[in-house]
Amino acid sequence: MTGTFTLDGREIAFEPGQTVMQAALAAGVFVPHLCYHPEFRPHGSCKLCTMKINGRPATSCTMPAVAGMEVESDTAEINDKRRMLVQMLLVEGNHFCPSCEMSGNCKLQALGYTLGVMTPHFTHFFPDRPVDASHPEMLLDFNRCILCELCIRASAEVDKKNVFALSGRGMKKHLVVNAESGRLADTDFAATDKAAEVCPVGVILKKRRGFAVPIGKRTYDIKPINEQAERFKPVAPTVREKA
Amino acid sequence: MNAPAKKLRVATTSLAGCFGCHMSFLDIDERILKLVELVEFDRSPITDIKHCGPCDLGLVEGGVCNAENVHVLREFRANCKILVAVGACAVNGGLPAQRNHLDLRDILEEVYETEGGLARGSKIPNDPELPLPLDKVHPIHEVVKIDYFLPGCPPPADAIWKFLTDLIAGRTPVMGHGLLHYD
Repeated sequence: MTGTFTLDGREIAFEPGQTVMQAALAAGVFVPHLCYHPEFRPHGSCKLCTMKINGRPATSCTMPAVAGMEVESDTAEINDKRRMLVQMLLVEGNHFCPSCEMSGNCKLQALGYTLGVMTPHFTHFFPDRPVDASHPEMLLDFNRCILCELCIRASAEVDKKNVFALSGRGMKKHLVVNAESGRLADTDFAATDKAAEVCPVGVILKKRRGFAVPIGKRTYDIKPINEQAERFKPVAPTVREKA
Repeated sequence: MNAPAKKLRVATTSLAGCFGCHMSFLDIDERILKLVELVEFDRSPITDIKHCGPCDLGLVEGGVCNAENVHVLREFRANCKILVAVGACAVNGGLPAQRNHLDLRDILEEVYETEGGLARGSKIPNDPELPLPLDKVHPIHEVVKIDYFLPGCPPPADAIWKFLTDLIAGRTPVMGHGLLHYD
Protein backbone atom coordinates (compact mmCIF):
# COMPACT_ATOMS: atom_id res chain seq x y z
CA MET A 1 0.00 0.00 0.00
CA THR A 2 1.22 3.48 -0.79
CA GLY A 3 -0.22 6.72 0.36
CA THR A 4 0.21 9.18 3.16
CA PHE A 5 -0.50 9.43 6.86
CA THR A 6 -0.21 12.39 9.19
CA LEU A 7 2.54 12.55 11.80
CA ASP A 8 2.13 15.38 14.30
CA GLY A 9 0.01 17.12 11.69
CA ARG A 10 2.57 16.74 8.92
CA GLU A 11 1.77 14.59 5.87
CA ILE A 12 4.20 11.68 5.45
CA ALA A 13 4.34 9.58 2.27
CA PHE A 14 5.18 5.90 2.50
CA GLU A 15 6.17 3.10 0.14
CA PRO A 16 4.71 -0.40 0.11
CA GLY A 17 5.82 -2.46 3.08
CA GLN A 18 7.21 0.46 5.07
CA THR A 19 6.57 0.82 8.76
CA VAL A 20 5.47 4.10 10.33
CA MET A 21 9.00 4.61 11.65
CA GLN A 22 10.69 3.91 8.30
CA ALA A 23 8.40 6.35 6.52
CA ALA A 24 9.05 8.99 9.17
CA LEU A 25 12.83 8.54 9.00
CA ALA A 26 12.76 8.56 5.19
CA ALA A 27 10.90 11.89 5.41
CA GLY A 28 13.63 13.23 7.70
CA VAL A 29 11.65 13.02 10.93
CA PHE A 30 13.71 11.59 13.77
CA VAL A 31 12.15 8.85 15.85
CA PRO A 32 13.75 7.95 19.21
CA HIS A 33 14.90 4.32 19.21
CA LEU A 34 17.44 1.91 20.68
CA CYS A 35 16.67 -1.62 19.43
CA TYR A 36 15.95 -0.51 15.85
CA HIS A 37 18.70 -0.66 13.22
CA PRO A 38 17.98 0.13 9.57
CA GLU A 39 19.58 -3.12 8.39
CA PHE A 40 17.65 -5.45 10.66
CA ARG A 41 14.09 -6.58 11.06
CA PRO A 42 12.31 -4.48 13.68
CA HIS A 43 12.32 -5.86 17.19
CA GLY A 44 9.80 -3.67 19.00
CA SER A 45 11.33 -4.24 22.42
CA CYS A 46 12.85 -0.96 23.60
CA LYS A 47 9.54 0.92 23.21
CA LEU A 48 11.32 4.25 22.68
CA CYS A 49 9.68 4.60 19.25
CA THR A 50 6.17 4.26 20.69
CA MET A 51 3.70 6.65 19.07
CA LYS A 52 -0.02 7.18 19.36
CA ILE A 53 -1.48 5.72 16.20
CA ASN A 54 -5.15 6.53 15.74
CA GLY A 55 -5.23 7.24 19.46
CA ARG A 56 -3.61 3.98 20.61
CA PRO A 57 0.03 3.55 21.66
CA ALA A 58 2.06 1.27 19.37
CA THR A 59 5.71 0.72 18.52
CA SER A 60 6.17 2.60 15.27
CA CYS A 61 9.06 0.32 14.21
CA THR A 62 6.72 -2.67 13.89
CA MET A 63 3.54 -0.90 12.80
CA PRO A 64 2.95 -1.04 9.02
CA ALA A 65 2.08 2.34 7.57
CA VAL A 66 -1.54 2.59 6.42
CA ALA A 67 -3.03 5.45 4.42
CA GLY A 68 -4.95 7.94 6.49
CA MET A 69 -3.44 7.01 9.87
CA GLU A 70 -3.27 9.82 12.40
CA VAL A 71 -0.01 9.55 14.31
CA GLU A 72 1.31 11.53 17.28
CA SER A 73 4.98 11.28 18.24
CA ASP A 74 6.68 14.45 19.42
CA THR A 75 4.17 15.34 22.16
CA ALA A 76 4.72 16.13 25.83
CA GLU A 77 2.80 13.01 26.87
CA ILE A 78 4.78 10.58 24.69
CA ASN A 79 8.14 12.22 25.40
CA ASP A 80 7.44 11.95 29.15
CA LYS A 81 7.08 8.19 28.72
CA ARG A 82 10.22 8.00 26.59
CA ARG A 83 12.13 9.96 29.21
CA MET A 84 11.00 7.49 31.85
CA LEU A 85 12.14 4.53 29.71
CA VAL A 86 15.60 6.09 29.40
CA GLN A 87 15.70 6.73 33.16
CA MET A 88 14.80 3.12 33.91
CA LEU A 89 17.57 1.90 31.59
CA LEU A 90 20.04 4.27 33.24
CA VAL A 91 19.41 2.90 36.75
CA GLU A 92 19.19 -0.75 35.70
CA GLY A 93 22.76 -0.93 34.43
CA ASN A 94 25.95 0.88 35.37
CA HIS A 95 26.09 3.84 33.01
CA PHE A 96 29.08 5.96 33.99
CA CYS A 97 29.44 8.19 30.95
CA PRO A 98 32.66 9.97 32.00
CA SER A 99 34.60 6.68 31.87
CA CYS A 100 32.83 5.11 28.88
CA GLU A 101 34.53 4.76 25.49
CA MET A 102 31.19 5.17 23.71
CA SER A 103 30.41 8.52 25.34
CA GLY A 104 29.52 11.00 22.61
CA ASN A 105 28.61 8.18 20.22
CA CYS A 106 26.08 6.41 22.47
CA LYS A 107 22.42 6.34 21.49
CA LEU A 108 21.16 5.96 25.05
CA GLN A 109 23.13 9.04 26.08
CA ALA A 110 22.10 10.98 22.96
CA LEU A 111 18.43 10.20 23.63
CA GLY A 112 18.90 11.33 27.23
CA TYR A 113 20.13 14.66 25.90
CA THR A 114 17.46 15.16 23.32
CA LEU A 115 14.65 14.11 25.69
CA GLY A 116 16.08 16.32 28.45
CA VAL A 117 16.85 13.58 30.99
CA MET A 118 18.45 15.61 33.79
CA THR A 119 18.36 12.87 36.43
CA PRO A 120 18.04 9.08 36.56
CA HIS A 121 15.22 9.78 39.07
CA PHE A 122 14.84 6.15 40.21
CA THR A 123 16.98 4.28 42.73
CA HIS A 124 20.08 2.81 41.12
CA PHE A 125 20.43 -0.97 41.01
CA PHE A 126 24.25 -0.81 40.83
CA PRO A 127 24.37 -4.41 39.53
CA ASP A 128 27.52 -6.51 39.61
CA ARG A 129 28.37 -7.36 36.00
CA PRO A 130 32.01 -8.36 35.46
CA VAL A 131 33.57 -7.43 32.11
CA ASP A 132 34.86 -10.05 29.66
CA ALA A 133 38.30 -9.04 28.38
CA SER A 134 39.28 -12.56 27.29
CA HIS A 135 39.17 -11.88 23.54
CA PRO A 136 42.45 -10.53 22.08
CA GLU A 137 40.75 -7.77 20.06
CA MET A 138 37.38 -7.13 21.67
CA LEU A 139 36.10 -6.20 25.10
CA LEU A 140 32.63 -6.85 26.53
CA ASP A 141 31.42 -4.47 29.22
CA PHE A 142 28.09 -5.93 30.29
CA ASN A 143 27.51 -3.04 32.72
CA ARG A 144 26.10 -1.00 29.86
CA CYS A 145 23.88 -3.63 28.20
CA ILE A 146 20.29 -2.51 27.52
CA LEU A 147 19.12 -5.87 26.08
CA CYS A 148 18.35 -4.51 22.60
CA GLU A 149 19.50 -7.84 21.11
CA LEU A 150 21.15 -6.16 18.11
CA CYS A 151 24.39 -8.10 18.66
CA ILE A 152 22.40 -11.32 18.99
CA ARG A 153 20.56 -10.64 15.76
CA ALA A 154 23.69 -9.52 13.89
CA SER A 155 25.67 -12.55 15.00
CA ALA A 156 22.89 -14.99 14.13
CA GLU A 157 21.52 -13.43 10.96
CA VAL A 158 24.57 -11.84 9.32
CA ASP A 159 27.66 -13.49 10.78
CA LYS A 160 25.92 -16.90 11.13
CA LYS A 161 27.86 -17.46 14.34
CA ASN A 162 25.33 -17.20 17.17
CA VAL A 163 27.90 -15.77 19.54
CA PHE A 164 25.43 -13.94 21.80
CA ALA A 165 22.18 -14.82 23.56
CA LEU A 166 19.97 -13.64 26.39
CA SER A 167 19.66 -15.74 29.51
CA GLY A 168 17.43 -15.47 32.58
CA ARG A 169 13.94 -14.05 32.95
CA GLY A 170 12.51 -10.68 33.93
CA MET A 171 14.83 -8.77 36.27
CA LYS A 172 17.49 -11.46 35.84
CA LYS A 173 17.62 -11.30 32.06
CA HIS A 174 21.14 -10.66 30.84
CA LEU A 175 23.41 -10.98 27.83
CA VAL A 176 25.55 -14.11 27.67
CA VAL A 177 28.22 -15.49 25.33
CA ASN A 178 27.43 -18.83 23.70
CA ALA A 179 30.48 -20.79 24.83
CA GLU A 180 30.74 -23.47 27.45
CA SER A 181 33.14 -21.25 29.40
CA GLY A 182 30.94 -18.20 28.78
CA ARG A 183 34.04 -16.35 27.57
CA LEU A 184 34.21 -14.44 24.30
CA ALA A 185 37.70 -15.83 23.60
CA ASP A 186 36.21 -19.32 23.34
CA THR A 187 33.91 -18.38 20.42
CA ASP A 188 34.74 -17.68 16.77
CA PHE A 189 33.82 -13.99 17.26
CA ALA A 190 35.97 -11.60 15.20
CA ALA A 191 36.45 -7.83 15.28
CA THR A 192 35.24 -7.72 11.65
CA ASP A 193 31.87 -9.29 12.51
CA LYS A 194 28.68 -7.30 12.01
CA ALA A 195 27.92 -7.99 15.67
CA ALA A 196 31.05 -6.03 16.60
CA GLU A 197 29.63 -2.77 15.22
CA VAL A 198 25.93 -2.68 16.04
CA CYS A 199 25.91 -2.04 19.80
CA PRO A 200 24.05 1.24 20.40
CA VAL A 201 25.74 1.64 23.78
CA GLY A 202 29.22 0.76 25.06
CA VAL A 203 29.12 -3.02 25.54
CA ILE A 204 31.04 -4.36 22.54
CA LEU A 205 34.26 -2.42 22.16
CA LYS A 206 37.39 -2.75 20.10
CA LYS A 207 40.42 -2.93 22.35
CA ARG A 208 43.14 -0.26 22.08
CA ARG A 209 40.68 2.01 20.25
CA GLY A 210 39.01 3.90 23.12
CA PHE A 211 38.50 7.67 23.16
CA ALA A 212 39.85 7.93 19.58
CA VAL A 213 37.74 11.00 18.76
CA PRO A 214 38.20 14.06 20.98
CA ILE A 215 35.32 15.59 22.93
CA GLY A 216 33.53 18.09 20.75
CA LYS A 217 33.99 16.06 17.55
CA ARG A 218 32.07 12.90 18.43
CA THR A 219 28.86 11.90 16.63
CA TYR A 220 26.41 13.56 19.01
CA ASP A 221 28.68 16.45 20.02
CA ILE A 222 28.34 17.88 16.54
CA LYS A 223 24.58 17.67 16.25
CA PRO A 224 21.95 16.23 18.60
CA ILE A 225 20.58 12.83 17.55
CA ASN A 226 17.17 14.29 16.71
CA GLU A 227 18.82 16.35 13.95
CA GLN A 228 20.48 13.27 12.45
CA ALA A 229 17.44 11.37 11.15
CA GLU A 230 19.25 10.74 7.85
CA ARG A 231 21.66 8.36 9.61
CA PHE A 232 18.82 5.95 10.37
CA LYS A 233 16.98 6.05 7.04
CA PRO A 234 15.70 2.72 5.70
CA VAL A 235 18.26 0.85 3.56
CA ALA A 236 17.89 -1.72 0.79
CA PRO A 237 16.54 -4.71 2.67
CA THR A 238 19.36 -7.10 1.76
CA VAL A 239 19.97 -8.19 5.29
CA ARG A 240 16.30 -8.17 6.14
CA GLU A 241 15.43 -10.43 3.21
CA LYS A 242 18.29 -12.83 3.85
CA ALA A 243 17.17 -13.09 7.43
CA MET B 1 19.57 41.45 34.06
CA ASN B 2 18.37 43.72 36.87
CA ALA B 3 19.69 42.97 40.32
CA PRO B 4 17.00 41.66 42.67
CA ALA B 5 15.98 43.92 45.56
CA LYS B 6 17.68 41.55 47.97
CA LYS B 7 20.69 39.43 47.09
CA LEU B 8 20.03 35.70 47.00
CA ARG B 9 22.01 33.64 49.52
CA VAL B 10 23.83 30.72 47.95
CA ALA B 11 25.63 27.85 49.67
CA THR B 12 27.83 25.31 47.90
CA THR B 13 29.58 22.14 49.01
CA SER B 14 31.49 19.19 47.64
CA LEU B 15 30.59 15.79 49.12
CA ALA B 16 32.02 12.67 47.43
CA GLY B 17 33.27 14.74 44.51
CA CYS B 18 36.64 15.96 43.25
CA PHE B 19 35.92 19.71 43.38
CA GLY B 20 35.93 19.63 39.58
CA CYS B 21 32.41 21.08 39.52
CA HIS B 22 33.54 23.94 41.77
CA MET B 23 36.50 24.50 39.43
CA SER B 24 34.09 24.56 36.49
CA PHE B 25 31.93 27.01 38.42
CA LEU B 26 34.96 29.31 38.76
CA ASP B 27 35.46 28.92 35.01
CA ILE B 28 32.59 31.37 34.55
CA ASP B 29 35.56 33.76 34.85
CA GLU B 30 34.72 37.47 34.91
CA ARG B 31 31.01 36.66 34.96
CA ILE B 32 31.51 35.96 38.67
CA LEU B 33 31.61 39.76 39.13
CA LYS B 34 28.13 39.95 37.65
CA LEU B 35 27.07 37.02 39.80
CA VAL B 36 28.14 38.61 43.09
CA GLU B 37 25.91 41.57 42.30
CA LEU B 38 23.02 39.12 42.38
CA VAL B 39 24.01 36.67 45.09
CA GLU B 40 26.03 36.43 48.26
CA PHE B 41 27.71 33.24 49.40
CA ASP B 42 26.96 31.43 52.61
CA ARG B 43 28.70 28.14 53.44
CA SER B 44 31.02 27.32 50.54
CA PRO B 45 34.66 26.40 49.89
CA ILE B 46 34.84 29.93 48.44
CA THR B 47 33.97 31.61 51.76
CA ASP B 48 35.22 28.88 54.13
CA ILE B 49 32.08 29.34 56.26
CA LYS B 50 31.68 25.99 58.06
CA HIS B 51 27.90 25.74 58.49
CA CYS B 52 25.12 27.09 56.40
CA GLY B 53 22.32 29.34 57.56
CA PRO B 54 19.02 29.90 55.76
CA CYS B 55 19.73 30.11 52.01
CA ASP B 56 17.79 30.56 48.81
CA LEU B 57 19.93 28.17 46.81
CA GLY B 58 22.21 25.24 47.63
CA LEU B 59 24.57 23.74 45.06
CA VAL B 60 25.78 20.24 45.94
CA GLU B 61 28.66 18.59 44.14
CA GLY B 62 29.43 14.91 44.72
CA GLY B 63 27.47 11.90 45.89
CA VAL B 64 27.11 10.51 49.38
CA CYS B 65 29.90 8.10 50.38
CA ASN B 66 30.26 8.56 54.16
CA ALA B 67 28.39 9.58 57.31
CA GLU B 68 29.62 13.18 57.18
CA ASN B 69 28.26 13.58 53.63
CA VAL B 70 24.82 12.60 54.96
CA HIS B 71 24.99 15.24 57.73
CA VAL B 72 26.15 17.98 55.37
CA LEU B 73 23.52 17.10 52.79
CA ARG B 74 20.76 17.16 55.43
CA GLU B 75 22.04 20.52 56.70
CA PHE B 76 21.80 21.85 53.15
CA ARG B 77 18.30 20.48 52.67
CA ALA B 78 17.15 21.95 55.98
CA ASN B 79 18.49 25.40 55.08
CA CYS B 80 18.16 25.78 51.32
CA LYS B 81 14.88 26.62 49.64
CA ILE B 82 16.16 25.19 46.37
CA LEU B 83 18.69 22.36 46.35
CA VAL B 84 20.56 21.46 43.17
CA ALA B 85 22.56 18.33 42.33
CA VAL B 86 25.55 19.62 40.37
CA GLY B 87 27.61 17.18 38.31
CA ALA B 88 27.68 13.46 37.56
CA CYS B 89 28.54 12.30 41.09
CA ALA B 90 25.66 14.17 42.73
CA VAL B 91 23.30 13.07 39.96
CA ASN B 92 24.13 9.35 39.75
CA GLY B 93 27.01 8.64 42.15
CA GLY B 94 29.58 9.05 39.38
CA LEU B 95 33.04 7.62 39.55
CA PRO B 96 33.00 6.91 43.32
CA ALA B 97 29.90 4.74 42.81
CA GLN B 98 31.97 2.39 40.70
CA ARG B 99 32.95 0.75 43.99
CA ASN B 100 29.34 -0.22 44.65
CA HIS B 101 29.60 -3.78 43.36
CA LEU B 102 32.59 -4.44 45.61
CA ASP B 103 32.56 -5.32 49.30
CA LEU B 104 33.65 -2.31 51.40
CA ARG B 105 35.87 -4.34 53.74
CA ASP B 106 37.60 -5.98 50.77
CA ILE B 107 38.33 -2.55 49.28
CA LEU B 108 39.71 -1.11 52.53
CA GLU B 109 41.83 -4.19 53.14
CA GLU B 110 43.26 -4.15 49.66
CA VAL B 111 44.00 -0.42 49.66
CA TYR B 112 45.41 -0.13 53.19
CA GLU B 113 46.75 -3.60 54.07
CA THR B 114 47.45 -6.03 51.25
CA GLU B 115 48.34 -3.92 48.21
CA GLY B 116 52.01 -3.89 47.24
CA GLY B 117 54.17 -0.88 48.16
CA LEU B 118 52.56 -0.20 51.55
CA ALA B 119 54.69 0.38 54.66
CA ARG B 120 55.07 -2.68 56.86
CA GLY B 121 52.23 -2.99 59.38
CA SER B 122 49.85 -0.67 57.46
CA LYS B 123 46.33 -0.81 58.86
CA ILE B 124 42.93 0.46 57.79
CA PRO B 125 42.71 4.01 59.26
CA ASN B 126 40.46 4.03 62.33
CA ASP B 127 40.59 7.51 63.80
CA PRO B 128 37.38 8.77 65.48
CA GLU B 129 37.77 12.00 63.47
CA LEU B 130 37.39 10.10 60.19
CA PRO B 131 33.81 9.84 58.95
CA LEU B 132 32.72 6.24 58.53
CA PRO B 133 32.37 5.19 54.90
CA LEU B 134 28.96 3.97 53.77
CA ASP B 135 28.48 0.51 52.36
CA LYS B 136 27.49 2.05 48.99
CA VAL B 137 27.89 5.44 47.32
CA HIS B 138 24.52 7.06 46.64
CA PRO B 139 23.34 9.85 44.34
CA ILE B 140 22.05 12.66 46.56
CA HIS B 141 18.43 12.32 45.43
CA GLU B 142 18.35 8.94 47.17
CA VAL B 143 18.95 10.71 50.51
CA VAL B 144 17.08 14.05 50.37
CA LYS B 145 14.66 15.71 47.96
CA ILE B 146 16.45 17.49 45.15
CA ASP B 147 14.81 20.28 43.18
CA TYR B 148 17.07 20.53 40.12
CA PHE B 149 19.75 18.42 38.46
CA LEU B 150 22.64 19.67 36.38
CA PRO B 151 24.59 16.71 34.94
CA GLY B 152 28.10 16.77 33.49
CA CYS B 153 31.58 15.73 34.55
CA PRO B 154 31.86 18.58 35.18
CA PRO B 155 28.96 20.63 33.85
CA PRO B 156 30.60 23.25 31.60
CA ALA B 157 30.95 26.77 33.01
CA ASP B 158 28.47 27.96 30.38
CA ALA B 159 25.93 25.41 31.62
CA ILE B 160 26.41 26.51 35.23
CA TRP B 161 26.05 30.14 34.15
CA LYS B 162 22.93 29.41 32.09
CA PHE B 163 21.48 27.43 34.98
CA LEU B 164 22.11 30.12 37.59
CA THR B 165 20.98 33.03 35.45
CA ASP B 166 17.79 31.18 34.42
CA LEU B 167 17.03 30.32 38.03
CA ILE B 168 17.79 33.79 39.38
CA ALA B 169 15.58 35.31 36.69
CA GLY B 170 12.76 33.02 37.80
CA ARG B 171 12.81 30.75 34.74
CA THR B 172 13.01 26.95 34.75
CA PRO B 173 16.58 26.30 33.62
CA VAL B 174 16.72 24.73 30.16
CA MET B 175 20.00 23.31 28.89
CA GLY B 176 20.27 23.16 25.12
CA HIS B 177 22.62 21.16 22.90
CA GLY B 178 26.19 21.28 24.16
CA LEU B 179 25.20 22.39 27.66
CA LEU B 180 23.54 19.14 28.72
CA HIS B 181 26.02 16.30 28.73
CA TYR B 182 26.77 13.39 31.03
CA ASP B 183 30.55 13.29 30.58
